[in-house]
Amino acid sequence: MRAAEVVTASVLMLLGGVVLFDAMRLGFGWGPDGPRSGFFPFWLALIMVLCCAVILVQAVLHGAGQSFVSRERLAPVLTVLWPAVAAVALMHFVGLYVASALYMGFYMRWVGRHSWVAVFALGIGVPVVTFLIFEKWFLVPMPKGPLEHWLGY
Amino acid sequence: MGLENLALGFQIAITPFNLFIAVVGILLGTIIGVLPGLGGANGVAILLPLTFTMPPTSAIILLTSIYWGALFGGAITSILFNIPGEPWSVATTFDGYPLARQGQGGQALTAAFTSSFIGAFFSIVLITFFAPLLAEIALKFGPPEFFAIQLLTFSSFVGLGGGNPLKSLVSILIGFILATVGLDIVTGQLRLTFGVTDLMKGFDFIIAVIGLFGIGEILLSVEEGLTFRGGKTGMNLRVVLDTWKVLPRYWRTFVRGSFIGFWMGFKPGGATPASFMSYAFAKRFSKNADRFGKGELEGVVAPETAAHAAGVAAMLPMLTLGIPGSPTAAVMLGGLIIWGLQPGPLLFKENPDFVWGLIASMYTGNVIGVLMVLAFVPFFAAILRIPFAILTPLIVVVCAIGSYAVHNSMIDIWYMLIFGVIGYVFKKLDYPIAPLVLALVLGDLAENALRQSLIMSQGSLAIFFTRPISAAITAAAIFFFVLPVITPWWRRLRGLPVTAPARPEA
Repeated sequence: MRAAEVVTASVLMLLGGVVLFDAMRLGFGWGPDGPRSGFFPFWLALIMVLCCAVILVQAVLHGAGQSFVSRERLAPVLTVLWPAVAAVALMHFVGLYVASALYMGFYMRWVGRHSWVAVFALGIGVPVVTFLIFEKWFLVPMPKGPLEHWLGY
Repeated sequence: MGLENLALGFQIAITPFNLFIAVVGILLGTIIGVLPGLGGANGVAILLPLTFTMPPTSAIILLTSIYWGALFGGAITSILFNIPGEPWSVATTFDGYPLARQGQGGQALTAAFTSSFIGAFFSIVLITFFAPLLAEIALKFGPPEFFAIQLLTFSSFVGLGGGNPLKSLVSILIGFILATVGLDIVTGQLRLTFGVTDLMKGFDFIIAVIGLFGIGEILLSVEEGLTFRGGKTGMNLRVVLDTWKVLPRYWRTFVRGSFIGFWMGFKPGGATPASFMSYAFAKRFSKNADRFGKGELEGVVAPETAAHAAGVAAMLPMLTLGIPGSPTAAVMLGGLIIWGLQPGPLLFKENPDFVWGLIASMYTGNVIGVLMVLAFVPFFAAILRIPFAILTPLIVVVCAIGSYAVHNSMIDIWYMLIFGVIGYVFKKLDYPIAPLVLALVLGDLAENALRQSLIMSQGSLAIFFTRPISAAITAAAIFFFVLPVITPWWRRLRGLPVTAPARPEA
């Protein structure tokens, strides 16, 4: 845990530093009509940097403790994460519905080892139902790709 | 005093369409409450886009019904599967799960739902009478008072949240900083955008809620390796009626739990500590204290009553002050703004039909809710038997849809994923997430209140102490902020062990 604590606190301190830098650019003092734009971020960032510094010291003094995440525990987290990232990237090209169908199908087959029947039924069924709910009934548009255009939407 | 208004509200809440909306909302909410990774806050956030085209009163009835449903749903997973779907259901598992293992799941569920209903009902009655009074008082508030209330809101996370108070404070600050990203509407300057156009519109808290709670929770639960080893529901009419015969015995626990819940609940993050506190009190005053933790019905009654009283009480500051008491209330507040309503004390004057329709719908929603969950428990429990490899991608897809729909923008889906990873890391390192979300929601309001206060006083912070109401609230806020510092001293003085309580995830 200690490494993760130290890294997180350091990253937050760094971000606080960036905010302080921007606040100084904007001016954090008293302007002609009240506090300047940088006033609120400046004080927020300053307190955050101080808090993170204390957390950092606490973490270093506290000792190692258990590890943040073990290698075999991290694997399932990544198997959720990277297909999700891939699916979102895919949405830019083929739209949300097709990307969801591929993502659901892939995950069910690859992780769950479900039968192809189930994979096709749910992989196609879920996007079709969401399509009906969002586009048809509630008129909330989702990102669409070539397939939807070909179907006339 | 408010009775004719309430009657007006009932005329709105009891229309067939609004009753139908309430049924749908409770059904969806209970499913959401049962599913891992979809709690009340982000369930409401994901379904918020569906309400854009509805009349505001129906929209808020849908969202609040989802919330009631999620509150009920948390009890189902706690009792049958030993998995608290929501943090305030943790205390329910202590006796609920042992009861289910002993084949008394039906009794435990009936007790839980009935207690939830009673706790909620108590809070709704108090809201009916207190909300107009509080709104009346709040009308006299100026910027210093509003900023003081914000301070109090966040100080209670630091002082009462448990865990490392510094981490609570950092979470709050991150939320406020994220809220400042983009255009500063007062001066017209761009803040923290560094020339990136996508950053100009800032971060929407609804995306943050979906990412931090939804995706973060999914990542956490796959890491922990979810296994659902469920007890049987064992639910039928006879069990329900028999349990109802026993329950009046615990009337003291109901009363105590309701008061604790309401008192804790209108402060942020109150539902979880309220449930634990009510459980502890019930154990202390019970004749069967040694049976607590092994399957005592009273141990289900106490936390459930308090958690729901608190969950409902969280609506009080949202309605009257425009300051939400929980992340779920925050999402509803966001909804109000999207539907074109101005949250805050003026709501009672300008949109009485909306406010009273909502309050009346709390009565109808909870009545419908308790009947529905009692009738359909086996159906809801079956949802958890859906294989995890189907549930996980489904929840991710639903989260993506919800994120996109808020602004029709792809970048929001990316933000959602990033917030998901942040949520996962923060949860593991025990940085609380609820205060971050509330700070992100309230950031602009807090900053404006602070600016206006300082303009009124020409830059002197003394203004928060010279006005009586603001001074009292600020003093209370400072007390909570320093509470983590003085508690160890106080304990040492009295010869008690110096231990910080574990963080009840709020």
